[in-house]
Amino acid sequence: MVTIAELGILRDVREDADGVVVTVTPTYSGCPALHEIGADLRRALHRAGYTRVDVRTVLDPPWTTDWITEEGRGKLAAAGISPPGPAPRRSAGPIPLVLGPSRRVVACPRCGHADTELISAFSATACRELRRCRACREPFEHLKEI
Amino acid sequence: MSFDDAYGALTDHDDDARWAYGTGFTDPLAGVPTEVPAGVDAADLAAYCLMLGDDALIMSHRLQQWVTRAPELEDEVAIANIALDLLGQARLLLTRAGEAEGEGRDEDALAYLRDATEFRNVRLAERSDPDFAHLVARLLVFATWRLALLDRLAGSPDPVLAAIGAKGAKEVTYHREYAAGWVVRLGDGTDLSRQRMQAAVDAVWPLTGELFRPHEVEQRMDMDPSAWRAEFDAVMTEVLTVATLRRPVGGDVAGYGRDGEHTDEMAAILAELQNLKRSVPGGVW
Repeated sequence: MVTIAELGILRDVREDADGVVVTVTPTYSGCPALHEIGADLRRALHRAGYTRVDVRTVLDPPWTTDWITEEGRGKLAAAGISPPGPAPRRSAGPIPLVLGPSRRVVACPRCGHADTELISAFSATACRELRRCRACREPFEHLKEI
Repeated sequence: MSFDDAYGALTDHDDDARWAYGTGFTDPLAGVPTEVPAGVDAADLAAYCLMLGDDALIMSHRLQQWVTRAPELEDEVAIANIALDLLGQARLLLTRAGEAEGEGRDEDALAYLRDATEFRNVRLAERSDPDFAHLVARLLVFATWRLALLDRLAGSPDPVLAAIGAKGAKEVTYHREYAAGWVVRLGDGTDLSRQRMQAAVDAVWPLTGELFRPHEVEQRMDMDPSAWRAEFDAVMTEVLTVATLRRPVGGDVAGYGRDGEHTDEMAAILAELQNLKRSVPGGVW
């Protein structure tokens, strides 16, 4: 299973005089998993013997799919979720609006074919989009570049 | 306890008294520095965070009302996720507003215990959608305006607002793309879909004037919305042109949500949003 370190959610872990400070960052503003991640971190670190566990949130710099490690990408693909490509590069000026069919080439994680189409930019969670392979006809999820 | 077995995790009995979907939501800004930086007026910061937070909260509520009513399952899921992104932004902004205000009000107190006249959202956010075309027209306007706003907010002297802006802009980029795609499909569709899409754009347009009327708090926060009117107009013109729709002219309605002047629709939204919390004073999950 992908770890929060491999997803780039875990930003820092530091021991100090009387305990441990863990720093995490949310993937999306409304991500409900952060509460559970914090609870799980506290439990795991208490079990490891720390009495004082401080879980902190950082918002800056904002989370990006570029922080997902190679190992993380491998695990996502193995689970049938197409890993993200490079996040959109930001240039000066307003963020451009792209109308028209999705220009990104996303390969099918099952059969490897490059001919896939976007069904919806939002799937079971905000971070994933729903796509379909035109070759093997299977739907699959793709982690959205952000 | 691990994430490997989600069902096992749900029945894991320890002294953490949670039920399936989580309770006791932690402060979304836990560990984020709470001081108001020098050079930023705390009262203005609180008021401005309320404005942006209320925009997101009320818009999210309207979007959530489309769950079980969307034309396709995939759109229902998309709308729910857009609403969730906005709700997350609202939580961050309302929490920051409460901190800057310094009177002990947290995100829940602000969301659930204020009356309509104390809400600071633009009236575009509270409008109900008679059909899906109205929804996508309203979301296109809202997301285009909010994206330009958040992008500019990323340069704010308040580090928390700047972080919310930078993060939110990436999310709202996808909201705008979703709405624009639908406006184009419905506009450049059949005669009937174009007629209904045009009617929706015409109905929503009178509420756009208010988006660019600068409030003194916005001006003092260096977030005068007239600064991104040109960018908004350029995107709207592009989308309406590709959608083969007419750009409506004029028709601004009187009233100003930023000063608490809301439509009758606000009462219905707040009744649904606040009823449970208000009927059990001091109650917790």
